[in-house]
Amino acid sequence: MKFTIPIGPQHPALKEPISLRMTVEGEVIRDADIRLGYNHRGLEKLAEERTWIQNIYLMERICGICSHSHTTCYVQGVEKLMEIEPPKRGLYIRTLVAELERIHSHLLWLGVAGHEAGFDSFFMYTWRDREVVMDILEMISGNRVHYAMNTIGGVRRDLDDLQVKKILDGLEVLKKRTEYYFKIGANEPTFVARLAGVGYLSKERAMDLCAVGPTARASGVTRDVRKDDPYAAYDETPFDVCTADTCDVLGRTVVRIKELFESYKISEFLLKSLPAGGIAVKAPKRAKPNEVLSRYEAPRGENTHYIKSNGTDKPERLKVRAPTLANYPATVEMLRNGFIADIPLIFAAIDPCICCAERAVELVNARTGEEKALRFSELRKLADERFKNPSLKRNAVWPF
Amino acid sequence: MAVLKTVLYLLVYPGILFLFVYATFCEWFDRKVYARLQNRMGPTHTGPWGILQPVADFFKLMSKEDVVPEKADKILFTLLPIFGLAIVATAGLLLPIWHSNEAVVRMISFPGDIIVLLYLLSLPTLIFFLAGWSSTNFFSTIGGTRVLTMLFGYEVPLFMAVLSPAILANSWRLSEIALFYQKKPLLILPNLLGFVIALISVQAKLERTPFDIPHAETEIVGGTFTEYSGKKLAFFRLMIDIELVVSSGLVATVFLAGFPGGLWLGLLNFIIKTLFVIFFLSLIRALTSRIRVDQVVSFAWKYLAPLAILQLLVVILIKGLLL
Repeated sequence: MKFTIPIGPQHPALKEPISLRMTVEGEVIRDADIRLGYNHRGLEKLAEERTWIQNIYLMERICGICSHSHTTCYVQGVEKLMEIEPPKRGLYIRTLVAELERIHSHLLWLGVAGHEAGFDSFFMYTWRDREVVMDILEMISGNRVHYAMNTIGGVRRDLDDLQVKKILDGLEVLKKRTEYYFKIGANEPTFVARLAGVGYLSKERAMDLCAVGPTARASGVTRDVRKDDPYAAYDETPFDVCTADTCDVLGRTVVRIKELFESYKISEFLLKSLPAGGIAVKAPKRAKPNEVLSRYEAPRGENTHYIKSNGTDKPERLKVRAPTLANYPATVEMLRNGFIADIPLIFAAIDPCICCAERAVELVNARTGEEKALRFSELRKLADERFKNPSLKRNAVWPF
Repeated sequence: MAVLKTVLYLLVYPGILFLFVYATFCEWFDRKVYARLQNRMGPTHTGPWGILQPVADFFKLMSKEDVVPEKADKILFTLLPIFGLAIVATAGLLLPIWHSNEAVVRMISFPGDIIVLLYLLSLPTLIFFLAGWSSTNFFSTIGGTRVLTMLFGYEVPLFMAVLSPAILANSWRLSEIALFYQKKPLLILPNLLGFVIALISVQAKLERTPFDIPHAETEIVGGTFTEYSGKKLAFFRLMIDIELVVSSGLVATVFLAGFPGGLWLGLLNFIIKTLFVIFFLSLIRALTSRIRVDQVVSFAWKYLAPLAILQLLVVILIKGLLL
C-alpha cells in the first residue's frame, strides 16, 4: 500500500520549515518531493536598498551557523569590485575565523547527526565540547554567533599574543576530544549500523547533480574551493582535501571529522605564522560599474555570491546561492529507496540550512492546488480584496 | 480482616499506590542516571534532587486538554490507556513480594504464574499497536506496525531467557524459583548469559533506545502516541513506568534470587535489585543509538535467539549432570 507521509513543514527532525513529501510503501521510500519557500525573507531585494557597508551585516544574518562564510564571500566580491587588496594580517585573521567557524559547524553537525540517529549521549558530548570553540570565537570577536569580523578591506579586530596562546590551548583540547569522537563514530556498532550504506550517492550522480561540500567529497569528488580557487590565505596554507569513497552517511560523517583535524592544522599554522602589519585598508564608498562572482567554501559546501555594481554606493543586484540549495537535487536521489527511519539522517547529512537557501516563494492555491507566480502589485490587489471581503470568522472565542 | 488485607494488598502494597510511587521513583532514577551519563544534571527542581519531577509531570498531563481525533475509533482510543494501566498493574501483583495473607498468596502465586506474568507483559505491546492503529494518523499507524514488527524479534528470546532459570529450578512458580536460587546462590552464575539476553529483550519490550523505534521522535514524531494527549497520555506514561518496574522485578526474581526477608527486608531487597536492573537498562539507553526496525528483527534472530538456545542447552546440561 502506497501512501504519502508529510515530513514538515513542522516536524521534530527539522529545525527549520521545509516540506518533504515522502511516498512510502511500508517502510520503504518510493519517491520524495521537496517543497521550499516557507521561510522566504526577501534578503536579496533588501540588499539592493543598503550601502556596501550595511550589507555586510545583512549578509551575516543569512545564516546563524555560517555567518562568517556569507560575509567573507560578499566582502571578497566587493573588494574585487572596489579594486582594493586587504593586508596579509587581515587575510590571515579572516581565514582563522573561517576555520574556527568550520570547527564549530562540524561539531554542531556531529551532535545533530547523533540526535537524528537517536544517539543523544553523542549529541550532548559534542555540543558540550563545541562550547570550547564558541568561547574562542567570543574571545576573538566579542560574539558567539554573528562575529562581525569582516569589513570591506580587511577585518575589524586584531589578535594579541595572549589570545593566540589561548586559542592554541583550546585547539589542543578539541583535538583530543575529536579523536574520541572519531573512535565512537567508527566503532560504536549501533551508530555505525545506522550510518553505513544509508543515503547512497555514487560519484557520477554526485557530479551530475552538482553536489557540493562534504556531500560531494564523501562520494569521492575532490571538490573544494579552498584548493581549486584559493581565496584569503588558503594559497599559503598547507592542508589536504578530505574525501571518502563510501558514498553514504558514514562517509559524510568521516569526511567532516577529518575536516575537523584539517581545520585544527590550518588554524595552528595561521596562528604560528601570523604576519605583522595592519589588519584593514580604507575602502572607497562607491564601486565602479562591474560584476563579480565570489566563491567561498563554507562548512556546508560551496557558497557563491553574484554582485553587480552600478557606480553608486549600493549594489544593483546581489544573488546568494547557499550550499544547501545545491545539495537538494542530490538529497532527493539519496532518499529514494531508503527507509523511513533514514529520512532524518539522510536529510541531516547534507547539513541543511533551510532558511539560507530560501530565495523564492511559490504561491499555491490551497483549494485547487494551482501554482503561479504573481507580481507584487497583483499580490497587493489580492490582499486588498481579501481585506474588503473578510471570510467568516472562526467560532473560537477568546477566553477573556 | 482478610477482606481488609486483600483491599490493602490491592490498593496499597504492592498494589496500585505502591506501584505508582515506586514507578515514578524508578522513572526519576532512570532519568537521573541517563542525564549524569550524558554530562547533564537531570531533574533538579521539583522536590529534593528533583525526585518529584515524574509525579509533577503526571499531574500536569492529567490537567491538560484531552483531544480525541475526529476519525479515530473513539471507544477504543479512550479505553486503551485504562486497559493498559490495569494490565501492567495486575502483572505487578504477581511479583513474589511480601504476602501477609495466605488467601492472597493462594490466589496470586500458583504453578505457572511466570507464564501468566510473561503473557500480561506481552499485552501492552498489543495495546500500543491498537493505540497506534486506532489513532488513524500516518505516524501512529507506522508506529503501530513497528511495535508489532519488533514484537516478532524480541519476544521469543525473552521467553527462552526467562524460562531457562525456571527449568533449572524445576518450577513454573515465581516464588519457588526465587526460593531455589536463594538456597543455591551459586547456580545464579550459569544464568548470566540469559540475564544479558533478558536485559536486552526487556529494553526492546519497553521501547527504549536502541529500540525506541515505534516512537522515534526524529522519524515519526510521537509514533504510537502522536494523537494522545492529556489524561490518556498520562496513563500511557504511567503504564510504561509500571511496566519498567514489573519487568525489572521479573528479571530480578528469576535471575537475582527474588526478594527474601519478610516485609521490610524484602522491600529493601526489591528496591535494590530492581534499581540494579534499571541501572543496566539506563546504561544501554545512554550508550547506544537507535537502530532500524529490520535491524532489530535480524539482530534478535541472528544473535539473541541462538544465544538463548545456548543458554537453554547450558541449563539442561547442568540439570542433567550436576543436579
